[in-house]
Amino acid sequence: MSETPASQQTLEPLVELLGVEKAFGTQKVLRGVDLKLFESETLVVIGRSGSGKSVTIKHVVGLEAPDRGQVLVFGRDMAKLSRKERDQARLRMGYLFQSSALLNWMTIEENVELPLLEHRADLSASERRQLVAEKLKLVEMEAAAGKYPGQISGGMKKRAALARAIVLGPRIILYDEPTSGLDPVIARTIDEVIANTGKTLKASQVVVTHDMDSAYRVGHRIAMLYEGRIIASGTPEEIKSTNHPVVQQFITGSPHGPITDGLLAQNKH
Amino acid sequence: MIRWITQTGEFISRASEGAGFGLALLARTSLLVGTLIRWHYRAALFRQLFICGITTIPVVMVVSVFTGMILALNGGITLAKLGQEALIGQIVTISMTREMGPFMTALILAASVGSAMAAELGTMKVSEEIDALEIMAIEPARFLVLPRLIAMAIMTPVLTVYTSLVGILGAAVVSSSQYGVSYLRFKTEALNALTNKDMYTGLLKAFIFGIVIAVVGCSQGLRTSGGAIGVGLATRRAVVISYLLIIILGYYVTFIFFRIEW
Repeated sequence: MSETPASQQTLEPLVELLGVEKAFGTQKVLRGVDLKLFESETLVVIGRSGSGKSVTIKHVVGLEAPDRGQVLVFGRDMAKLSRKERDQARLRMGYLFQSSALLNWMTIEENVELPLLEHRADLSASERRQLVAEKLKLVEMEAAAGKYPGQISGGMKKRAALARAIVLGPRIILYDEPTSGLDPVIARTIDEVIANTGKTLKASQVVVTHDMDSAYRVGHRIAMLYEGRIIASGTPEEIKSTNHPVVQQFITGSPHGPITDGLLAQNKH
Repeated sequence: MIRWITQTGEFISRASEGAGFGLALLARTSLLVGTLIRWHYRAALFRQLFICGITTIPVVMVVSVFTGMILALNGGITLAKLGQEALIGQIVTISMTREMGPFMTALILAASVGSAMAAELGTMKVSEEIDALEIMAIEPARFLVLPRLIAMAIMTPVLTVYTSLVGILGAAVVSSSQYGVSYLRFKTEALNALTNKDMYTGLLKAFIFGIVIAVVGCSQGLRTSGGAIGVGLATRRAVVISYLLIIILGYYVTFIFFRIEW
């Protein structure tokens, strides 16, 4: 399995993680992650809970800084950017949080409008409202525009948060566990929204998940994070057919194999 | 012994870090005052003015009227023995304007509004809403802290005037009903005793206390970690630290204005 698809080996990646290491206290979470995201592709990062998937994408938006290694976004090292430069890079990225992270005292419409109020002073109120309506329609949330986050379901919150994440037309969209905690029907709806958003906005996307159904549906490429490193990467078909025992145990969900053996050994120590 | 030294060292380190964060937050927020010109920030400011001011009026009224009544009742006991009960008006007016007004107002605001700021921002922090703002390139200091800081800096002096007036009124009622001091005599004595310096030092204290409560509440909220327990701890710390700073700073403002010859 190649880390970079042949068709993209000549292209410049939009995001590149080079040997990223990160520890919290004595716990080493990332031990040298290498990853690339190319134009218009959807890369899915899979791995067990607590394996560092969310930490990995938080490095991309500069919420975390690596202890070692580099995170290049649009060709620039995020750790070396000034606050203003980092904010400019962030405006070209959208991020969907696992918890949705909508502001509870604002309606869904106001939440989606917030980035426009902040960064598009050139737009009139009617232009802003039109843009908000467009994005809410894209995620099928027009009917809930006037509701508060506390009045809608988890799946609707995720869609509303996605509308907010894409309202400035980002080139890169990052999704942190977009289907976790949702029933299978709503989870598949979210998958469709992710796939449609990527196509409509021609955005590059990184989806972090442990939901393999979701990974196969939305991913052009899948990378598996295990013990702080990317241990396998390839197309969904390549991942399905790999002989790597850790990947096989993870995607089949078998209770027996190297992942559980490793856990048992850790617990004994 | 070593454990005690380690714990003391850790406490000092955490306290220094917290103080540094609070001062940096105050400095950063002060630089952003100009952004209030934007309409959606002004709307946030009005919302905070309402929360800090209007919603706390009932509790401020009850506390201040009884504070004034207690001061009059206690002061009157001693003054009556000396046949000087008419001076109750002087004592209560100076106490309320210079010390008790700003002090009581600040304690009420720290317990009600400052704790709410820490809890609200703390909950936003643990539910990733602060991170979401950062990723949208919206600075939390500008979006969340600035309206709260300005609202507290405005409303604490305003409420202090209200507290002092209501407290003095309560004292007048007790002076009249318990010690037979007429309202006119009470008013005359009160106005004779009151100086401009008493009023502006009281208002300056209130202004400083308002800033302290907002900065402590917001900085504790923004530094929250560890879920619901973390939010509870941040809220408790916000109230405790605010109380300590109010008392300590209150003493030094009084010392600077009334003990040092300018």
